[in-house]
Amino acid sequence: MAYDLTHLRQLEAESIHIFREVAAEFENPCLLFSGGKDSIVMLRLAEKAFWPAKLPFPVMHVDTGHNFPEVIEFRDRRVEELGARLVVASVQDAIDSGKVVEETGPRASRNRLQTTALLDGIEEHRFDALFGGARRDEEKARAKERVFSFRDEFGQWDPKNQRPELWSLYNGRIKQGEHIRVFPISNYTELDIWQYIKEEGIEIPNVYFSHQREVFERDGMLLSTGPYISLMDDEDPFMETVRYRTVGDMSCTGAVESTADTIDKIIEEVAATRITERGATRADDRVSEAAMEDRKKEGYF
Amino acid sequence: MEMLRFATAGSVDDGKSTLIGRLLYDTKTIFEDQMEAVERASVQMGTEYTNLALLTDGLRAEREQGITIDVAYRYFHTPKRKFIIADTPGHTQYTRNMVTGASTADLAIVLLDARKGVLEQSKRHAFLASLLRIPHLVLAVNKMDLVDYDQERFEEVKEEFRDFASKLDITDLTFIPVSALHGDNVVDRSANMTWYEGPSLLHHLEEVHIASDRNHIDARFPVQYVIRPQSDDFHDYRGYAGTIAGGVLRPGDDVTVLPSGFQSSIKSIETLDGPLDEAFAPMAVTVRLNDEIDISRGDMICRPNNQPIASQDVDTMICWMSERANLSEGSKLLVKHTTRTTKAIVKELQYHLDINTLHRDEESIELGLNEIGRVRLRTQTPLFFDEYRRNRETGSFILIDEATNVTVGAGMILGETS
Repeated sequence: MAYDLTHLRQLEAESIHIFREVAAEFENPCLLFSGGKDSIVMLRLAEKAFWPAKLPFPVMHVDTGHNFPEVIEFRDRRVEELGARLVVASVQDAIDSGKVVEETGPRASRNRLQTTALLDGIEEHRFDALFGGARRDEEKARAKERVFSFRDEFGQWDPKNQRPELWSLYNGRIKQGEHIRVFPISNYTELDIWQYIKEEGIEIPNVYFSHQREVFERDGMLLSTGPYISLMDDEDPFMETVRYRTVGDMSCTGAVESTADTIDKIIEEVAATRITERGATRADDRVSEAAMEDRKKEGYF
Repeated sequence: MEMLRFATAGSVDDGKSTLIGRLLYDTKTIFEDQMEAVERASVQMGTEYTNLALLTDGLRAEREQGITIDVAYRYFHTPKRKFIIADTPGHTQYTRNMVTGASTADLAIVLLDARKGVLEQSKRHAFLASLLRIPHLVLAVNKMDLVDYDQERFEEVKEEFRDFASKLDITDLTFIPVSALHGDNVVDRSANMTWYEGPSLLHHLEEVHIASDRNHIDARFPVQYVIRPQSDDFHDYRGYAGTIAGGVLRPGDDVTVLPSGFQSSIKSIETLDGPLDEAFAPMAVTVRLNDEIDISRGDMICRPNNQPIASQDVDTMICWMSERANLSEGSKLLVKHTTRTTKAIVKELQYHLDINTLHRDEESIELGLNEIGRVRLRTQTPLFFDEYRRNRETGSFILIDEATNVTVGAGMILGETS
């Protein structure tokens, strides 16, 4: 038993290997950071991969403008601690410049517009590899995606034509204009992420812990009231004890009723839960059975 | 908690997706919203019962055509272990997917139908599992309910498979009679097969001993990335980052660096969490040496008295994965082996191996998609390798087509060509 690693240490080693492989083989990689728990774990793993040197790549945030304020504060502080360079790809800018048109009505979401801002950001900065915090347990289409996931010159994913990926040998070869999405935490589950956060003592934004919030119910989900979302006639806001299982755009990320106010309680809750995190909290994935697959093909994270 | 990666092979007809669905369902891994989605889809497709196969078939085309296109990864855990399933399709044309899924697996489950016995497909799967040297093989004899849970039938199938398996290199073989549809011997021991005294499938997955499967004897450290902070605090710092591919490294160990042959000793093994007294596969660490020598990515750190083979002439088994062009003598490709990428030329295709009959066709002049053959390669720069059977990390490589950048082959090293 002496030469045995726990599942968390094996997963960690695999992630560090992937970060280093990209830094060694690509000219201009970048880490996508959303402020969510998965990308916070990613930052920690990247820090470990290159310590005592700084991250050899910048951090990019695709900013819908509909943020949780504490998440942005957290992002800026963490980036400063790491001495990393932050690049913001702004959806608001894309709207202002007329590149994209914002949806209207109470169900308006900037989710799809993120793809444009992201692809523009990649083109502008000539990134050839983008680290993303997607996990294969999140969603069916993601379960079939490679760790090194090839994107053509239009940023598109072709699920039926993926490169075989064997052993720990990753093929990162691309032509100019193409890029690779890299998913170092592909093999973590939601529970693994929380266990890792606990074991590492990683700090996370407060919205992940139980708190009082004014919410309203839509399509069986609890959405936060606020400046980015307008209520429909039959929607009445009320106070509830909630926390967030995922943190994304405020207008389409749902809160869950929860009294879990410590990491231990969150782990207990996640271990006992009977609904996937995307099913519970993401309006964008409810559009159809293959909603994620379709968005991914277009170039989404 | 330990982690076990396993691959499953078999077709929809063998009940593979049902078996995986059953494992996920009975370990409470399937969530209510996933189950609801599957129930909705089952109704839409007009199937009578909830089709657990839909849980694993994620892409649009798969659900429309009722097939599995690609390797899918699934996750579940019990209090004892975390499991990663590489779910690979069983159709002939998808050999490359099984090879892909098998490359990282600690264990393979080959499913067959108790009524049909050992089909060509089951043999193929078992052969690929042995070729990829998956340390543990489980033969799940499924649909026992359709043969009245008959012990005699189970023994027949077992014998039939043993006959075939004797030609293969399989170290650990376990037979389990199951009914995936009804759950017999999947999670709990079956009341319908009291004659079976072995463990349930899940119990076996939880208990099978995997700690000794990795090579902890031959120290191998392929240098992946050189860390030079060039900051005031770490002015002269130079660390060699990488993932240990075999053996154990300790501070003070004498080492040789290939290809230069320079010798030094390990000054320290470092991580953000602090220095380590020892490091072993598959840990990702940073090694510092006591001497300033020129080392870069692709170099190999090992022990002076235990070195890998360094050669440009490599004897290999290759699984060809390209539909665009075939592999033949004179083919020029890129080889990616550990952290080293170099050019290679096919010197000789010795034989094409028929994976159904294990017949070696020495007249064959090329390998097509999903074909496997013994190939002599000559590389532009030396590779530092071990036989694949001794170390899966330093004995494996991929082939890349330089024109398209696509991965077109998977290779396992048999040794140096004479």
